[in-house]
Amino acid sequence: MKNPPTQSRRQFLQKAALGGALAGTVSLPILASTDKLEFPDNLPEWMRAPGGEFGNYGQPSKHEQSVIRWISANPAAPGNGVSWTPLHDLQGTITPNGLHYERHHNGVPQIDPEQHILLIDGLVDKPLSFDVKSLMRYPMVSRTCFIECGGNSNSGWRSNPIQSQAGYAHGLVSNAEWTGIPLKLLLKEAGIKTSAKWVIAEGADAAALNISIPLEKLLDDALLALYQNGERLRPENGYPMRLVLPGWEGILNVKWLRQLRLTDEPIMSRDETSQYTELLPDGTARQFTFINEAKSLITSPSLGMMLPDNPGIYQISGLAWSGRGKITRVEISADGGDSWVDAELQGPVLDKAFTRFSLPWRWQGEYAILQSRATDETGYVQPTREALVENRGKHGFFHYNAIVSWEITEEGDINHVYGF
Amino acid sequence: MSMVSNLITTSLLLLAASYSYADTEYQAQGKPAETLSQQAQWNLSIAPDGKALPKGKGFATQGKQIFALKCAACHGPEGIGASADPLIGEVGSLTSDYPEKTVNSYWPYATTLFDYIRRAMPINAPFSLTPDEVYALSAYILSQDAIIAADFELNEETLPQVTMPNREGFTPFYPEK
Repeated sequence: MKNPPTQSRRQFLQKAALGGALAGTVSLPILASTDKLEFPDNLPEWMRAPGGEFGNYGQPSKHEQSVIRWISANPAAPGNGVSWTPLHDLQGTITPNGLHYERHHNGVPQIDPEQHILLIDGLVDKPLSFDVKSLMRYPMVSRTCFIECGGNSNSGWRSNPIQSQAGYAHGLVSNAEWTGIPLKLLLKEAGIKTSAKWVIAEGADAAALNISIPLEKLLDDALLALYQNGERLRPENGYPMRLVLPGWEGILNVKWLRQLRLTDEPIMSRDETSQYTELLPDGTARQFTFINEAKSLITSPSLGMMLPDNPGIYQISGLAWSGRGKITRVEISADGGDSWVDAELQGPVLDKAFTRFSLPWRWQGEYAILQSRATDETGYVQPTREALVENRGKHGFFHYNAIVSWEITEEGDINHVYGF
Repeated sequence: MSMVSNLITTSLLLLAASYSYADTEYQAQGKPAETLSQQAQWNLSIAPDGKALPKGKGFATQGKQIFALKCAACHGPEGIGASADPLIGEVGSLTSDYPEKTVNSYWPYATTLFDYIRRAMPINAPFSLTPDEVYALSAYILSQDAIIAADFELNEETLPQVTMPNREGFTPFYPEK
């Protein structure tokens, strides 16, 4: 998209005028001289000619085109699948909007905001509807938090360690600043009946996704988000409105939200029974495991990179997060968990948000197993894979949060390994 | 005069907002939606009590034909083994080394089957099935593992009474103990 026609014409005229005035002065010295150019070829070409034009909406450098979400969808139903955030290619803690992970059950709806409403009904004094324009008149708050799919890192349950880059195995988690309306405002406006305990949220996508959420969470810190990192939500992240439930698994953060129905019991929808429940070895399943427990991951060095210098100093860097609060500690091991050193946590450390950790490491060509281990403010410590599998078996699929191990070979290659 | 007093009120409000979020004033925007709330398109969710089920009926024999036409491409002719989630068979497999979470082996409520088919299936044309077709498909899937008899009439009264094999298989982790 370019500027509207009238502006564009004006710009064209301005450019034409400038071009005329500058014609002939760009590369040829005016004075005939035996003098030589001071900088004939020892400055890069982009310093010797005007740069590119302005853009209506900026894009990453063409040299960063490999920094992409990795898509895994069902070929028979391409709107049903996921795309992973390339955590291994990113720094800091905020996930750019174009790289926020996706999980869609039947494609990304292209919703006309003029035709979209949110209905709040069920066990309320008066059912209410809200259109997008009216919602814009409410006071809004901003909240930086991660959203993590309950199925993130599920390849960890497999018997053999998957050889995927860090983000493409663990990147169904992203971190953004969400801005919107505290849901308690809207729920209280409708008047909550005392018998209400659950809220059935429904999306306006072609899966009409429905799921039960405890009312308590919506009255606590839940947002009806309209903005993501300062701009309106992207279609793939719920435009024009979505739920954001800090620290609770992605499926509950319903995108394209169209309805909140207050009830006394959960609805027992497909996505809270058949899916997002964890089968245990005794054949029973954990249900309503809403919170993403503490987790961490070294993003650099990680699989797909290598260590070029031996000996050399490398900056170990990674991300830690917990659905129960702030990260208080991240430890690093280079020997498969026999010894640990505290990493530095980069502030500000936010509640239920990505925390970047780092630690310089001197490598001298030895075989190493790099690991990170997160602790949150409740004292919960990220488990080893062995402990997690011991506790839950191998068929739970959801809520895998074990320590990740990167093997560094004596040649400086990096592999994903288990057994530590 | 009134303009001045408005300005004073405005500046006081701004102060209140910066002091504490709880003090923020705003104008309620919700529109009454009693009528809307009763319309069918806002009552898609079906609880285990089945009260929200639409009237209709279906049999497994009809469901088998619809399944072959509209479901088998993704779910496989036998309801298992193709690109989509497995639906049929594997009852009793949940404690084995290779558990399969099919509708019949894993899902705790038959009402969920109706709710989900109606809202989301077939994936290339959601909301394209009639209530009778959804009852028939549900009857076909359930009858394949003898959860209901082959000639059982599934309707808004009988569906909520179906007991799924894994009805007691779930342990709620909310509220946390």
